[in-house]
Amino acid sequence: MTAIDDRRTDEDPSEHIRRVREAKEDQVSRAEGWRRRGPLLPALIFTIVVTQIPFLFTLYYSTQSWNLVSPGSRRFVGLQNYVDVFRDSQFWQVAVNTVILIVGTVLISVVLGLLLALLLDRVFLGRGIVRTLLITPFLVTPVAGALVWKTSMFDPVFGIVNFVLSPFGVGDVDWISRYPLPTVMAALVWQWTPFMMLLILAGLQSMPRDILEAGRVDGAGAFSLFRELTLPHLRRFIELGAVLGAIYLINTFDAIYMMTQGGPGTASANLPFYIYQRAFLGFDIGQAAAMGVVVVVATIIVATFALRLIFKSFTGKEEAA
Amino acid sequence: MSTTDVPSTTPVVDTDTEPAPRKARKRKHRKMNPWGVVAWIAGIGFFFPVFWMVLTAFKQETDAYSDPPKFFFTPTLDQFRAVFDTGVGIALLNSAFATVVSTALVLLLGVPAAFALSLRPVRKTQDVLFFFISTKMLPIVAAIIPLYVIVANIGLLDNIWALIVLYTGMNLPIAVWMMRSFFLEVPGELLEAASMDGASLWTSVREVILPLVSPGIAATALICVIFSWNEFFFAVNLTAVQAQTMPVFLVGFITGEGLYWARLSAAATMAALPVVLAGWLAQNKLVRGLSFGAIK
Repeated sequence: MTAIDDRRTDEDPSEHIRRVREAKEDQVSRAEGWRRRGPLLPALIFTIVVTQIPFLFTLYYSTQSWNLVSPGSRRFVGLQNYVDVFRDSQFWQVAVNTVILIVGTVLISVVLGLLLALLLDRVFLGRGIVRTLLITPFLVTPVAGALVWKTSMFDPVFGIVNFVLSPFGVGDVDWISRYPLPTVMAALVWQWTPFMMLLILAGLQSMPRDILEAGRVDGAGAFSLFRELTLPHLRRFIELGAVLGAIYLINTFDAIYMMTQGGPGTASANLPFYIYQRAFLGFDIGQAAAMGVVVVVATIIVATFALRLIFKSFTGKEEAA
Repeated sequence: MSTTDVPSTTPVVDTDTEPAPRKARKRKHRKMNPWGVVAWIAGIGFFFPVFWMVLTAFKQETDAYSDPPKFFFTPTLDQFRAVFDTGVGIALLNSAFATVVSTALVLLLGVPAAFALSLRPVRKTQDVLFFFISTKMLPIVAAIIPLYVIVANIGLLDNIWALIVLYTGMNLPIAVWMMRSFFLEVPGELLEAASMDGASLWTSVREVILPLVSPGIAATALICVIFSWNEFFFAVNLTAVQAQTMPVFLVGFITGEGLYWARLSAAATMAALPVVLAGWLAQNKLVRGLSFGAIK
């Protein structure tokens, strides 16, 4: 028996150590367990109370017919709000807008971010300054950024965009009312490209130089080096950037609120903005809550993918350490 | 062409007059190559709206509305004065108060939690971490309705403390993850060695661990500052006049008539300046915070 046991531990010492440690932990007194848990509990309880309890209420509200305009009308209606939401054609248009906004912004900012990261990975005069300039759009208060884009950038007569494009024969285009969703997207791309660039740049800088060196010695061209070596290495970083970007962008509200107010009609509204309108301008709490639940379910689908990615990168680092 | 193809690592010199490779390597850092020019153009392009915002803030309204745009004009502080007259002071104070207090709370709750999830880990550490990060994946819009009802019922509408609590909840998960990644870089033996010397846990944490992780904690704090200061959704729904923050103050400038660009730019500059500075300070750790510590 013991011989077999010994051989097993020889084969997998880390497993053995883990089991010993677990056994030790079992022996650790209850007091020690609480002493370890103690520092964690305030943060954990706080987070549960502040972030989870509201969602339970949202679930509950979504089963109620509840309009603030007609008090006393509140009653249980089961899943009726969900049925109404799915029959609401505006909801679907807004859902499509939300997807376009997220996918478009993520795709464009990943491509731009990749190009900028490749530029910044080279040595040139003032690289630190350029990097600082490039990350600034991500730091600027989004409301302030959106305000500047709406006014001095996109204004049809006095805006910089039309001034820059005027040599190319573009007249006084009123970008925001003609193309509301793309202009919001432009402001978002401006804001999120630095984020993607930073992530991808971190990837580039973690790349072992000797591999590129070896590839070059073998006579590979710059483009094939990029495609065969750099891009596969960057894949994990690009994926992480895209998924995190999507998670953050689902909450997009500031730019729409400041630039278009979702209009004209619902042409540039996304789900957060539409839910906000329904709840705080239409006072329809029940339906707004039901929409909130739908958004959460959709997000969870994206988020499970995101969490797996983050955990993967994260545990990968731990193994390396 | 030779400089464009060859990345920085190879000491190739583009002019024939450069004799020694050592000199070339030294000069490389100061040299301007074509890709550097492209990078500079891109950097200036991305920065331009911010530059323009700051520039317009120092104009008179007549200079702000001009076609073609004016780059040279007599600078004035009139717009900043006007913004102060319209009551930006209270918004600045509210923003600063909400940001500082919520960041302090995040550190107060988050540093012990990060410790309990790294150096002396509790059981089910992975589950707790998973829980923390999953709260960031839920769209806040789904929580705003009950939050509004709750905040109204306890009489905290238009009260800055409602925002402080929510901002703490919003930043705590990121901070725990980020600080944990810094704690994990501390060799575990350090703590054991200190406790063998007879130091109490608190003493060894304070004397040995905290000095090592304090740069990480500072970076985490700066990222919390950026997120709290810039937050708009909670602020616009839960505050009005008394507790309005800077982003809510800026909403006053989108009403159709009477758009004063120069004044608006001055207000936007005042809103953006503190976080831009904080971000510049934290820029080396920004990636780690934004990726929940996944990327160093």
